Amino acid sequence: MRERAPKTLRGPVPRNKEDDQVVYIDNDSAPRVLFSGEDLLLEDLPIGTRVIYPKPPIEGLANPGAAIRYALNHPLDAEPLYAQLMPGMRVTIAVDDISLPLPPMATPDVRQTIIEILLELLDANGVDDVHIIIANSLHRKMSEAEMRRMVGSRIHNAFYPDRYYCHDVEDPDGLVHLGTTDQNEPLNINRRAVESDLVIYVNINFVPMDGGHKSVTVGLADYQSVRPHHDPETMRASGYMDPKRSVLATKIERQGQLVEKHMNVFHIETALNNRMFAGATAFLSKNEDEYTEIDRMKFEALKWTLGKMPAAAKRKLFHSIPAQYQLIACYAGKTEPVHEKILARCFEQYLVDVRGQADILICGVPFISPYNVNSILNPILVQTMGLGYFHNMYRGQPVLKKGGAMILTHPCYDEFDHEQHPSYIEFFNRLLPETRDAVTLHKKYEHEFAHNPSYIEMYRRGIAYHGVHPFMMWYWGEHGRQHVGKVIVAGAQNAHVPAILGWDRAESLTEAIAMARSFVGPSPEITMMHHPPIVMADME
Amino acid sequence: MNRAAAAFYDLDGTLVRTNLVHAFAYNARNQQGLLRSVSKTVATFLSVPLFMAADFYNRRLFNDIFFVRYRGESEDRLRYLADELFETTIRPSIFPGAYELIDKSRQLGLRQVLVTGALDLTVRPLAKHLKIDDYVTNRLEFVDGYATGRLLPPVMAAATKASWMRIYAEKENLNLSDCYSYSDSMSDLPMLSVVGHPTAVNPDLRLRNTALQHDWPILDLR
Repeated sequence: MRERAPKTLRGPVPRNKEDDQVVYIDNDSAPRVLFSGEDLLLEDLPIGTRVIYPKPPIEGLANPGAAIRYALNHPLDAEPLYAQLMPGMRVTIAVDDISLPLPPMATPDVRQTIIEILLELLDANGVDDVHIIIANSLHRKMSEAEMRRMVGSRIHNAFYPDRYYCHDVEDPDGLVHLGTTDQNEPLNINRRAVESDLVIYVNINFVPMDGGHKSVTVGLADYQSVRPHHDPETMRASGYMDPKRSVLATKIERQGQLVEKHMNVFHIETALNNRMFAGATAFLSKNEDEYTEIDRMKFEALKWTLGKMPAAAKRKLFHSIPAQYQLIACYAGKTEPVHEKILARCFEQYLVDVRGQADILICGVPFISPYNVNSILNPILVQTMGLGYFHNMYRGQPVLKKGGAMILTHPCYDEFDHEQHPSYIEFFNRLLPETRDAVTLHKKYEHEFAHNPSYIEMYRRGIAYHGVHPFMMWYWGEHGRQHVGKVIVAGAQNAHVPAILGWDRAESLTEAIAMARSFVGPSPEITMMHHPPIVMADME
Repeated sequence: MNRAAAAFYDLDGTLVRTNLVHAFAYNARNQQGLLRSVSKTVATFLSVPLFMAADFYNRRLFNDIFFVRYRGESEDRLRYLADELFETTIRPSIFPGAYELIDKSRQLGLRQVLVTGALDLTVRPLAKHLKIDDYVTNRLEFVDGYATGRLLPPVMAAATKASWMRIYAEKENLNLSDCYSYSDSMSDLPMLSVVGHPTAVNPDLRLRNTALQHDWPILDLR
């Protein structure tokens, strides 16, 4: 066996590239940097491994405010916003919650910029009955500090808490039954929104499954409305980052027609570039072969520092570094044409042409997911990131061949946030040891968790995810679970978490690759998706 | 066949802000005669540190030194004051979240049961108000219409609550694994431990740490 050089980042070397984002590892390639929770790994990958990098950030709009105003004045398939406003009318601004973008963006958040412009416009047109509702659905409610950060102190002080608050799916008086689709899918929506003359939805399209009809039909709905499409069958049927082929998107669209029929929604959608890392951490977005000496020093310094810190401090550090996203597109008007335009921009930023499926897919799981902002990526969420998000980051067909091996790097610590994820703890410790079958879990236990009075009160009065949320996170991984032959988690610090999740454990990435090779057979095609920032494989 | 289930609640500190001492202080303040009222109120006030220390050490010790203060109280008068006590003191002290918790719990089909060390006289109107199905309380012993300062057995505290719940579940054909239990105090650890779904409510530090260790949900109804 050929001896490899020690793991150090070497300078620029010639390499075999398919295009700018797809790199093949050769003799002289530098080792690659992978996230493993709050740690960074530096790993030599086998020669011939294909590494898919995110595209460089599309340049942000020079004047986001002007772009937003233009969108409001030149909407798609709708009257300009100012023309829809009348003194005395009742307006609700609904806004995406803290689950996106990730990590939370540097202030001012694009939602603040949009809402400031909206409030000026509403005020100028004599509209003073305005509520701002965070469309958090079954997600946790945001803390006051998080809400303030999202819209800025000026808006927060003027509207919180009476006119700026989180949607509550358990408020018995807070929902209105809007109707039922022809497939018998009910839709209950926030009462204030339904009874408003105009709902203005302020969206951030962080991944292609966001936005569109999902904003209102999920964000402002309740458990009964979400249940028909957040179930194992729907999730098994297709991936969900490719809306044209997604069963989830189809079902949501049916509910969206009910919204179109009964509500007046003016949709504002935005797309951001993928400038997740900037300044001192900008090197994390780069191809390791192109690291400068400074990048190498920064990496070594960060890795050394992380190595000396306890897990909680590392978590705190990462969560305190805001992302430097920039607005690259803003459209407004009717939901569907707006969403189509924004999706095109999202795909432009995220899609990388990839040819051919892989036998082994390697993904480094970072410290954050949409469901653990300022919290812990617990084992269920590690599963969601691996089999849910990373597996589904494709258009056309999955990057991994059916029955292939997926390698994740994560410590898989057995830690949960008692305030944010109380029902996850019971789900993981009580249900998963009994069965991992999503259909069984759905039929046998979902009702109990959805109606557990303690979890409901923790959701309503605290910052807990709804009791049923871990089920949906498990279903989120269902498409991947049905497709992937074996999941190996490299660097797991214990044996029981991978075992409960139904995964194999390896001490290191090298060992994991050897295990995967023995599973898929000799000469496998190995691919690494270099997340984060977000990258999607265009497999069409 | 699936057996039914129940939600068991501790009362003081869990569903209401008041406790046994508040109820006693109310009676002390409403004695017949100003002098008697003042002296009883002052004595109660001065005893508060003792009550707190005893409760911190052991609920049984607290019961021993607390209920003796009722010695000589007229049963009629205590009953008469109970409704007034509820309206003026207890009802405004019900935590806002308590109504929601009981409501959601009832919607789940759970029988609502109070398991409390408070006195039956004070609990009755509250149970009616919260539409509680069943309750078990402490009861004062009366002889010739006057309290002796002793409690009738079983004295509801600590393990006795859990024991009563087990017997109740057997009698009512309840599956304790499907039952819920809510308390704010470490002294109720047995009551929380016998059910499948324990929850610490507005917990003291010791119970909070225990709940974290056991991965129990922690609720704040205040």
